[in-house]
Parts: sequence; structure tokens; C-alpha cells
Amino acid sequence: MQIDPELAKINIPRDEEGPVFEEPWQAQAFALTVKLHEAKQFTWGEWAEIFGAEIAADTAAGNGVGNTAYYLCWLAALEKIVAKKELLTPDQLKRRKAEWQVAADHTPHGQPITLEKTPE
Amino acid sequence: MAHDHKHGDPLPETVLRVKSLESLLIEKGLVEAAALDALVDRYESKVGPKNGAKVVARAWVDPEFRKRLFSDATSAVAEFGFSGAQGEELIALENTDQVHNVVVCTLCSCYPWPVLGLPPVWYKSAPYRARVVREPRKVLEEFGTTLPDDTEVRVWDSTAETRYLVVPTRPSGSESLDEEALADLVSRDSMIGTKMAESPVKS
Repeated sequence: MQIDPELAKINIPRDEEGPVFEEPWQAQAFALTVKLHEAKQFTWGEWAEIFGAEIAADTAAGNGVGNTAYYLCWLAALEKIVAKKELLTPDQLKRRKAEWQVAADHTPHGQPITLEKTPE
Repeated sequence: MAHDHKHGDPLPETVLRVKSLESLLIEKGLVEAAALDALVDRYESKVGPKNGAKVVARAWVDPEFRKRLFSDATSAVAEFGFSGAQGEELIALENTDQVHNVVVCTLCSCYPWPVLGLPPVWYKSAPYRARVVREPRKVLEEFGTTLPDDTEVRVWDSTAETRYLVVPTRPSGSESLDEEALADLVSRDSMIGTKMAESPVKS
């Protein structure tokens, strides 16, 4: 699987075919990061700095290794870099998260969850 | 009945965080939804479906395993070393000439990852989720799967606690194949129930 050589230097969980994900959200977080980089919103150097700090803090806190721990750091770094680059504010993210939660709570099983279902 | 189940838990925190980032970045035009899907799609057929295919092939050749699989799928797949990602229950659904099972879920998280890997993009799409419950035969036909009129179609709605694995019928002409060759006939879609297992290539 072709992967950006600069990205390949970041030590992501992978096998001989490419990155390995355990759950869909991990692949989505990864894909968002790759696409934002492609759109030149940040360099891999900038990413590595923020992501590296997350990993270091996580390691210092004694948290587990493995895909989930790794991509939780990835997700935290992604939230930080979009704030740092002023793509999204933490407040926007917080509000949107609440909206998704409300939408999910109000959607009966058997129907897709969409934000349009959010009551005013 | 499968439809009596409700999602007992709120969306997991991580899923909410990723959905929030994704939806906002798409709205701002910073990333494209289609491009994201295409990238995630590249990983979907890795690892997982091969696990499920091994389970199905074993069920075709080993009647004792088949019995264990349909009485307690969670324990039966554990014999292969596959487990539930978060301890949810796995239920195997038996396709026969009389009954065809198909699986859907409204949440991206309700999918048996340990046996099927990441869900395909269409599985998460609103049209599939809405339509397969309402008009399953029509949706199956769009996948190229036409069932006899007297075959009953059962739609199973996954939940946060319960995941389903469809065990397709063993294709005719596969009698001489060994377990490994049989596993090659079992596609991801056949274990979701939108397709049949493939027919062996005549040699």
C-alpha cells in the first residue's frame, strides 16, 4: 500500500500491507489527518511535534500500549492541531459533540443518525 | 426479535469526537467526504473478513463446530483466537434455502470487527441503513443477489451489545474443496448477507 514517505517515518501500527486499525474511528481519525496534510494545513514535522508530545505524556502517565491507546493520542493531537492552526475552535468541537449526542439519543434504532434530527 | 433491541449505551466518546471533527471539517470545506471515504475504504477489506471466512469454512466442513457456532458464536470464534472488541455478544445466523439473513446497523460501531474488519462505506451509508429494513429484497437485488420468492428474508438490526455474522449457504460444486479453498469463496458481503458465497471456478 502506497503511503506518504514522510508519514511512514511516523511509527504507526502497521503490517506488511500498510496501517492497521482496530476500529473504524481510528481509520477515520487517520484519514482526516492525512487529508488535512494533503491540503497543506500542516506539515508532518508540525504533526510529529504535537503528536509526539501526546505520546510522551501518555507514556509518562503509564497508559497502555496498543492501537487504542495510540489512536487516542492521535485523536487528541488532531484536536490540538486544528485548534492551533485555527481551523476549528475547541468551543466549536465541544458544541458539535453535544449536538451529535443529542441526535443519537433522539434517533430510534433502525434509523440513521443525522444532525437534522436534533431538536431546537 | 432483533428489532426489540435498543442501543443501550450512548455513542462512545471517541466516536463522538471523531464524528465532530469530521463533520465540521467537511462543512468548512477543509476535507472532502468522498476523499475521506475512499481512504478509509482502502483498509476495509484487510485482515477482518479473512477471519470470518475461516469461521464459515469450518462451519461448512465440521458439523460439531457448526453446532457450537450456532449455539454460542462468541465462544466458537474464540477457538480461532478472535474475540469481541469490547466484549459484545456475537450471534451466527444460518442461511438456508428457506431463510436468507441480512445484517444492518444504524451506528457505525455496530459491526463485528474482530471477524469482519472495518465496515464498508455502504454499510454505514444512510440509504443502506434506511432501505434494507424497508425493502430488503430490492436492496439485495441491487447487490446482484436475487432470491427465490419462497425464501424468507430476515433483517437483523445490530446493537451495541449484539453483533451478527451471517453464515452463507455452501455453494454447489464446492464438495471436493478443502477448508482453506472454501474460505476463499466467502466474501465479506456474504457474511453481511448482501451477497451469496462465490461459486468455485471450474477447473
